[in-house]
Amino acid sequence: MNDFIPNFDARAVFVSPWTDTFATYGWIMLMGFLVTVACGLIGNYLILRRMALVGDAISHSVLPGIAIAFLVAQSRHSLVMFGGALAAGIVTTLLIETIHRRSRVKQDAAIGIVFSSLFAVGVILISLFASQIDLDADCVLYGEISFVALEPLVTIGGIGIAPESVFVMFLVAAVVATLVILFYKELLVSSFDSGLAASLGINPTIMHYSLMCALSVVVVSAFRSVGAILVIAMLILPGATAFLITYRLPKMMVLSVVHSALSSVLGVHLAIWLDCAVASAIVVAGAGLFLLAWIFSPTQGLIARFRPQLLPIEAART
Amino acid sequence: MHDTPRPAPPLEIHDLTVAYHRKPVLYGIDLEIPPGQLVGIVGPNGAGKSTLIKAIMGVVPAASGWIKIFGEPFKKNLTRVGYVPQRESVDWDFPVNVMDVVLMGRYGQLGLIKRPSRRDYEIARECLEKVQLLAYADRQIANLSGGQQQRVFLARALAQESDLYLMDEPFAGVDAATESAIVTLLQELKNRGKTILVVHHDLPTARSYFDMLLLINTRVVAFGPTDEVFTPELLQTTYGGRLTILSEVIQQVGSSAR
Repeated sequence: MNDFIPNFDARAVFVSPWTDTFATYGWIMLMGFLVTVACGLIGNYLILRRMALVGDAISHSVLPGIAIAFLVAQSRHSLVMFGGALAAGIVTTLLIETIHRRSRVKQDAAIGIVFSSLFAVGVILISLFASQIDLDADCVLYGEISFVALEPLVTIGGIGIAPESVFVMFLVAAVVATLVILFYKELLVSSFDSGLAASLGINPTIMHYSLMCALSVVVVSAFRSVGAILVIAMLILPGATAFLITYRLPKMMVLSVVHSALSSVLGVHLAIWLDCAVASAIVVAGAGLFLLAWIFSPTQGLIARFRPQLLPIEAART
Repeated sequence: MHDTPRPAPPLEIHDLTVAYHRKPVLYGIDLEIPPGQLVGIVGPNGAGKSTLIKAIMGVVPAASGWIKIFGEPFKKNLTRVGYVPQRESVDWDFPVNVMDVVLMGRYGQLGLIKRPSRRDYEIARECLEKVQLLAYADRQIANLSGGQQQRVFLARALAQESDLYLMDEPFAGVDAATESAIVTLLQELKNRGKTILVVHHDLPTARSYFDMLLLINTRVVAFGPTDEVFTPELLQTTYGGRLTILSEVIQQVGSSAR
C-alpha cells in the first residue's frame, strides 16, 4: 500500500512551494493560472455556443500550423507561432463549415474529419523534419509546464520581469480578458440569439471567426505548457464548473477565473505530493472542483436536486 | 389618399427570390407595405413565411431582387427594425435573466462596446411593465412559462423603439392570457403609427387580429385588406392540396360571406 500511494509530507507539499522552492513553483503556479484563465474565458463562450468540440478541433489542428510556420520562418519566435496558429485556426473553421455546408456530412462528423486529419499531417511534418523542427511529439501532446522556471527572464530596462513563456502568456491572457470585457454585449447577444444579433448589425459570422482566431492564439500559447490534449480540459472545465453554480453570465466569467486560480494552485500541490506531471495534476484538480460543484451547487447540485422543494407556481408551469 | 406624394413605405420588396440548396423558397416577391398597418403573414408550412422575415433582415441571402426599409437598404436603417424571433430559436437555459434579455433590445441604439445607461434600464423596465413582467425582471429565463418567455421577447422588441416590427409566430404555444396581452400590445403599437408584420399560423384568429393579410406560398398569392383577401378562393389557392384541414374555416367564411 505504501508503494502505491506516495508518502504525504505536509511540509514538502504545503509549505515549501511557498518558501524555499517558491522561485520555481511560484512561476509554475502563475503559468498554470494564466493558461487556465485565458482558455477558460474563451471556453465560457464555447460552452454557451455548444462549440466545445470545435475547441477540441482547433487545439489539435494548430499543430501543422506551427510546424509549417516554423519550417517557413525557421524561428520559434512567439509571433511566428501565433501566425501559424491563426492560419491553422481559420483553415480549420473554414474546412469544417465547407464540408458541413457542401455535403450531407453533419457538423460533428465534419469536425472529426478535419481536426484528426490536420493533426496527423502535423505529426508527419514533425517526424519528417524532426532535425529542423525543435518540437518533440511528447511535448506537443502533453506539454511541460515545469520548464517555465528554467527559462531566462525577459528583461525590460535591465530588470528581469518573468520567464519568456510566462510573459507571453500574461500578455495573451490580458488581451483575452480585455476583449471579453469590451465586447461583452456583442458576445452575449450573438451567442444567445444570432437572429437578433444580425438584425442589430452584429455579423454572427464575423463574431464566430473572431472567436476562433482568439481561440487559436490562446491554444498555441498554452501549447508548450500543457500540450494539445490537456488544453481541452482548460477550455471546458472552468466554464462548465461555473455554469453549474450560477445563472448569470458575468458571475459565470468571474467564477471561471476563480476556478482557474484554484485548480492551478491545487494542481501544483498535487503534483509535488504525487511527483507527477504538473499539467495533468492541474487538470485533475480542475475536474475535482467540477465534481464538487456538481454535487454541492446550492441551486443545481445533486444534493439540492434530491432535497424536496417547492418551485414558485409560475416556474413549475413551464 | 394614394394620390398625395408619400414618404418612403416602411417596407418595399421587389422581385425577391430566396433559395436553399438551389430550391426556391420564395420566388418573385413584390410587396409594398403601407405605414401604420398590422399585417398578418399567412400560408402553409414551408411556404417561406419565416424565410421572408429573415430575408428582410439580411440573415438569409437573396438570390435576386432588392428590399428597402423606409427607402433605404436594411443595413442603413438597422435601428428602425425590431425583431421577435420564434421562441424555440434560442436556448432558454442560457445564463441570463429577464432584464438581460430585454436590455439586448437597446444594443442597436448603443453601438459597439458602450454599456447600457441608466436610461436604457429605465426603458427596459417600462417595456417589462407593458407586458406585465416587471416583477420577473431578476428571474432566470429558464424559470418562465412559455407565454412569459414570449412576452420577454415582446418587451425586448418594444425596447428597440423601432418603426417596423417583424414577428415570427409570436402566438405559437402561448396561453390565452398571453395571447390577448399580445393582441392589445400590437394594437397599441399600431395606434402609435408603427408598422407590424406578424407570421401567423392560425387562420380563424388571423381574420380578427389583422388589418391586412399577406397570403404566401413561395409566391405572393394575395395581399390586401383582410376583408378582401380572406376569401375561400384565395385561401384555397394558398393552401392548395391541404384543403381538408381548412374546409371548416372556408365553410365558415363562405357562409358568413353570403
